[in-house]
Amino acid sequence: MATSSTTAPSSGTAAGPAGPRRRRQPTSRLLGRGARNIGALLLALLWVFPIYWMVNSSLQPDEVLYGSEPQFWPSPFTGDNYTRIIGDSSFWAAMRMSVIATALAVAMALVSAVLAAAAISRFKFRGKGPVVLTILVIQMIPAEALFISQFRMLDGWGLINSVLGLSVLYAGASVPITIWMLKGFVDGIPYELEEAGQIDGCSKLGAFLRITLPLLAPGIVASGVFALLSAWNEYVLALVVLQRESAATLPLWLARYNTSFEATDWGGLMAASALVAIPVIIVFLFVQNKMANGLTAGAVKG
Amino acid sequence: MAGTEVSAAAPVSAAPPVRRRSGRTRLQAFYPLLIGLPAIAIVLVAQGYPLVRQFVMSFQEFGLAQQFGQDAPWVWFDNYTRVLSDADFWAVFARSIVFCAVVAGLTMVIGVLTAWLLTGVRTWARVAVQSAMLLAWATPHLSSLTVWQWLFNPSSGVVNAVLVGLGLEGFDNHAWLLDPLSFFVIAGAVIAWGSVPLVLFLTYAAMTQVDTSLYEAAQLDGAGPLQRFRHITIPGIATVLMLVATLQIIWDLRVFTQISVLQTAGGISSETNVLGTYVYQIGLGQGEYGQGAAVATIMLLLTLLLTGLYVRQLVRQGDDA
Repeated sequence: MATSSTTAPSSGTAAGPAGPRRRRQPTSRLLGRGARNIGALLLALLWVFPIYWMVNSSLQPDEVLYGSEPQFWPSPFTGDNYTRIIGDSSFWAAMRMSVIATALAVAMALVSAVLAAAAISRFKFRGKGPVVLTILVIQMIPAEALFISQFRMLDGWGLINSVLGLSVLYAGASVPITIWMLKGFVDGIPYELEEAGQIDGCSKLGAFLRITLPLLAPGIVASGVFALLSAWNEYVLALVVLQRESAATLPLWLARYNTSFEATDWGGLMAASALVAIPVIIVFLFVQNKMANGLTAGAVKG
Repeated sequence: MAGTEVSAAAPVSAAPPVRRRSGRTRLQAFYPLLIGLPAIAIVLVAQGYPLVRQFVMSFQEFGLAQQFGQDAPWVWFDNYTRVLSDADFWAVFARSIVFCAVVAGLTMVIGVLTAWLLTGVRTWARVAVQSAMLLAWATPHLSSLTVWQWLFNPSSGVVNAVLVGLGLEGFDNHAWLLDPLSFFVIAGAVIAWGSVPLVLFLTYAAMTQVDTSLYEAAQLDGAGPLQRFRHITIPGIATVLMLVATLQIIWDLRVFTQISVLQTAGGISSETNVLGTYVYQIGLGQGEYGQGAAVATIMLLLTLLLTGLYVRQLVRQGDDA
């Protein structure tokens, strides 16, 4: 998204190269460029401050953290908060659970969604319109309106506190949006390529697997990462499914760590928050462009 | 998108069907269903069955006794009448709607104004805003919630310290989460902080697609920046705005994580419940599954009502393409 928008303005609105010339025109005096730049800078500072404060606090020793004056720079610098979290076995148990639940959910969602997207995009069949509509509607069902019976269902199957039960719910939650995104990507690959393959002797499925699937790789990565991030960040279903103290995903662990001591360990919490956020932020920065495109492929033309 | 589908499908339906119809027509009719089966199975297990089960449960007496194996008698609309005649429910309902309207509205206004601001700033300023917004967008909810609690911590939080430093002594040890109003101010701020970036990026992308010649023409006609914003930018991005606004409304109406976490951090739940946390409290907290299911069904209907607008918009765009 950001990359696409950094290149776009030159062909777009009053911004970009055309801007400076226009600045001298009387109509723009109302909000001068200088004022706008300063406004933007303040906004950026405001938005980045909580993240800065998380990192800053995570690097400060307790006596500074709870001191009378807040320190805006970690001058007595310490890595103690990080070593404490990294040395905590419950953190790693939660990490393991998050990784397994996310991996299972993404695998289930991707495999089934690639096939379903191919079915919707490449076949004509009766009731296709309603199917696409159903996908859209299911995607909108809030987890908050389903968790009572989801809990009872997993309870009946003995899957409460189980990572398998959790990942099935995660996969179910991300299959519709994954199909929706992938359908956009499949539509973007010309069907003529597959037809050519079929003329050369491939079966319909073979042509899809050998020709379209490799071309679909960027789309699979983008929608896979989307499913990955939503499972990694998920809190509601984890809270419902993982009732036992010893079973937790990272978000749940973070929430419980907060209330598990009589006096909250804020330095540790800030370090833990940073540790939970860093992998997500790194992955996000790599694929956000494709992800936003995929999300809007169906929704926004242009 | 739908356009490529039509153009890709057209040659297939024109020529090959003749070839297809010859032998394997029956089998081919089942192809889409067959390869769609795994996805259908997963959605049916995780969403479909719970949805039906919950709908049924909302018409049954389903409490702790039933959880331990007793039959669930049908009580039809009893759960609904009990819920709908409960003043607590209506307080929660009204609170959810007001909270959703304020937060979604605020998110849209800040996001759109920021996007507009970005169309007229230097590159360094734009990159600064985009980077900060990207970081906020990528931060997991629980990480940001934890930090915001620390920012507003009564004794050592930086917000209170700064306010006291500015001479507002009353904020010394001020507990923000105890008062329902400031509880919702903080919850709303965390949510808006996390959702403004998406609004910004989508509307900014849309703004850069608006035809430049329109602005030039308007300028020649003597339109100021505000008039150009009002009469060219806004209509130019109306479709995107509609979609983004609908998404915000749906997301803010079903908010759970932020409220639930802030409640355990010191908020008084009876005064700060919204629909999602209310369902959780009645159903899983008190074991009144039937009533909880009734509230969840009402919440679902409300979401579907709003979703209808969103889906109609998407389908209409598909038709245009």
